[in-house]
Amino acid sequence: MSDATLSHSAEHAAEPHGHAHHHPFLQHHFEDMGQQHEASTLGMWFFVAQEILFFGGIFCAYFIYREMYPAAWSAGSKLQHWQIGAVNTVVLIGSSLTMALAVWGAQGARRKFTTLMLVLTLLLGGIFVGVKAYEYAEHIHHGQFPGAMFTYVHAADPSLTRGIELFMTFYFTMTGLHALHMVIGAGLLLYFIRRAWRGDFGHEYYSPIEIMGLYWHFVDIVWIFLFPLLYLV
Amino acid sequence: MATQEHGHQPDHETYTGHAAPPHQAPLAMYFAVFGALMILTVLTVWVSRIDLGALNTGVAMAIAVVKALVVILWFMHVIHSPRLTWIVVICSFLWLGVLFVLTFSDYLTRAWNMY
Amino acid sequence: MTSTTIDDAPFIEPSTRERRNYLNDEYGVLSWLLTKDHKRIAVLYLFSVTVFFIVGGIFAFLMRLELLTPEGDMFTSDTYNKLFTLHGVVMIFFFLIPAIPAVMGNFILPIMLGAKDLAFPKLNLLSWYIYMIGGIFGIVVIITGGVDTGWTFYTPYSTQYSNTKVFATTLGAFITGFSSILTGLNFLVTIHRMRAPGLTWYRLPLFVWSMYGTSVIIMLATPVLAITLVMLMVERVLQVGIFDPALGGDPVLYQHMFWFYSHPAVYIMVLPAMAVISECVAAFTRKRVFGYKFVAFSSLAIAFLSFLVWAHHLFVAGISVYSAMIFSFLSMLVAVPSAIKVFNWTATMYKASVSWQTPMLYVMGFIGLFTIGGVTGLFLAALGVDVHVHDSYFVVAHFHYVMVGGTIMAYMAGIHYWWPKITGRMYSEWWGRLSALLVFVGFNLTFFPQFLVGYVGMPRRYHAYAPEFQVLNVLSTAGATVLAAGYLLPMLYLAWSLKFGRKAGTNPWGAAGLEWATTSPPPKENFHETPVVTWDAYDYPAFLKAMRETQNV
Repeated sequence: MSDATLSHSAEHAAEPHGHAHHHPFLQHHFEDMGQQHEASTLGMWFFVAQEILFFGGIFCAYFIYREMYPAAWSAGSKLQHWQIGAVNTVVLIGSSLTMALAVWGAQGARRKFTTLMLVLTLLLGGIFVGVKAYEYAEHIHHGQFPGAMFTYVHAADPSLTRGIELFMTFYFTMTGLHALHMVIGAGLLLYFIRRAWRGDFGHEYYSPIEIMGLYWHFVDIVWIFLFPLLYLV
Repeated sequence: MATQEHGHQPDHETYTGHAAPPHQAPLAMYFAVFGALMILTVLTVWVSRIDLGALNTGVAMAIAVVKALVVILWFMHVIHSPRLTWIVVICSFLWLGVLFVLTFSDYLTRAWNMY
Repeated sequence: MTSTTIDDAPFIEPSTRERRNYLNDEYGVLSWLLTKDHKRIAVLYLFSVTVFFIVGGIFAFLMRLELLTPEGDMFTSDTYNKLFTLHGVVMIFFFLIPAIPAVMGNFILPIMLGAKDLAFPKLNLLSWYIYMIGGIFGIVVIITGGVDTGWTFYTPYSTQYSNTKVFATTLGAFITGFSSILTGLNFLVTIHRMRAPGLTWYRLPLFVWSMYGTSVIIMLATPVLAITLVMLMVERVLQVGIFDPALGGDPVLYQHMFWFYSHPAVYIMVLPAMAVISECVAAFTRKRVFGYKFVAFSSLAIAFLSFLVWAHHLFVAGISVYSAMIFSFLSMLVAVPSAIKVFNWTATMYKASVSWQTPMLYVMGFIGLFTIGGVTGLFLAALGVDVHVHDSYFVVAHFHYVMVGGTIMAYMAGIHYWWPKITGRMYSEWWGRLSALLVFVGFNLTFFPQFLVGYVGMPRRYHAYAPEFQVLNVLSTAGATVLAAGYLLPMLYLAWSLKFGRKAGTNPWGAAGLEWATTSPPPKENFHETPVVTWDAYDYPAFLKAMRETQNV
């Protein structure tokens, strides 16, 4: 039989929560922690899905121009130092490992381990961004920043210069957006380091770290594609 | 009206809430995944040094796809996730595929125009 | 299919004492600006979208004044360019995209699902603030000189040659996109994970199915617009050649990426409208919608197919003719699920006891006008016809038929249908019907002549035109005046009803659905106890029986 109720007297609504005990981090529009966990992870997955389309759009444009200007794309790629890119790739994948370990630690309520892993993730992410900053400075120094400051001329084949400038536009836009996502991630990590140290997380409630992990791994996946496409053409 | 048990919904068709969160993977799994990703990164660099002509892009992308899959399935726990998560992941790549395929359908066939 | 008479509808006598509800729960400006209650956020959106509707409408009216005479004598062509650009930008990004989802979706969706709120109430509030920030960019642009590229921002004009506020406008649109994305995300998670016990997928109101389809489109299309606008901004700032042919770029690539979002965007505008129509048709025929599963799945089909057709906006832009043929075929396909919905709504009305209240008048307007708009879309999908009418007033008439005759009619239907639920008051039925009539007459008078004038060659986005088109243009402007009156009146009588309208009961329409099982206005937590649903969607006998059993007298 149906139980859809109409409004009752006001005191019913003002009654304190009926649970015998409920988790301090249970939000009251959810029935229980399980529902809250499922909702937050699903929410982050939908967010990652739209990020896939966001980066995917510029990847599509990248591939179209790669098809149109293969020589310029190759020349532009040679302006990058693949060794630096490879090191950065290892650093970022390492940060993904520490992030995943942080989730594992949070699930097991390992307060100090979780905090340490989050700090390491932040550190490795910081190294990545630092290296990128160095690369950017180098490019700018050599006149390879697109726009009014672009003074680089390709020695062997000057007609490729315009295509190289286009490549560099994609380089800076794609890695710039990626770095922006990392910086935002770093800010979030600081917040979670504080919460992990406070001991907020455990077996019943670790979804914030889990969804931070989903975000961080996604940013890593973007780089996994960026590295060969920008450094190894 | 019927009393309602708080926290445990009788009808599992509507939401799959449960008190126990998903299972925890063994620690060794994460290191194994990291190892695999390192090997694949080395492979990426090594293959790029060999001239395969037009195939270079394809191979590099194939390796990147494998790396991404590894991260998605194990680091992001999709392999133990509910079916809905799989659908979300698959659909987002599918839609991206639509963008790629239909846009390229224009560029690749422009040269076919006779006029 | 059994139908019940109006006598079965249980009215709760309006109480003379004020009940506690979401409106009087807390007082003060901060309780509104910092609210996490989806109902209050919906009301915040209602105010904002109404303001932008008026702004967009003013631009439209200025355009129609100019078009009274063939000469461009009222504004310079540069100013006119700004008028149609701002009309488009404001109406699309700040009114049509958010309106039904953010106002009605936000308010009604959780209640329809038997939930206490959306999955992420704080993100919901954030989404309104992001919308307001984007909107403020829009207002600043208007005040500081406007933008003249067309709402489509085609390159290289927008990136290289326009001297107007392109960067600020695209940044505003970019920001507002995130508001849309957060709303869609919230809806998807809520629908998947927060349905009340017993509310299986096939028991959901069709409103929910359509909002689900809308949210899928939002999540997958909007980010592509975002990245396209980023690239546009990069090009404009750095003066590089991503889309500029002089510097090696391809302007058609911009169009591809822009329309990859903007075509599904029109379905972001129309699917919620269809959601409202399904609910109103069921309520005012007091019948289960005919072919429930067909209507439900057609929402998903529209969500999917809408992504496959975008290049029909590029038929004459220089894409390959083979690609154009594929897109032409796919564009014909996308009409099918929409047509299925129209057939099912009409079949629902067959031999039903239809009551002609204001919402139903708007519904009938929608069904007729959306059909005309949709069919003329098929004209445009045909390659040969499109070459002839592209960039003419035929296109303008087509999209106004679906957007205004379609979406805005449905928006008005929804506002009137759920007004008692949102405010606890009834509006004046007489004024409601008069306004609906004015809107219908005014709309047709405005836009039907545009089909004719476009077909014989009047181009769009021109402030001057050949003298032989004048009569039809004058008719169009006359229609616009009537239409404006039709839209102004509800603002007045609805506001009036807030203070002086008859107090509404729980279920003034005698409709089925969880939103009619709680008071008007609802309490803050929507239901005092989570409802358990045992009836099918629109199962009037079962629903009304359940209401009688639990009625609080």
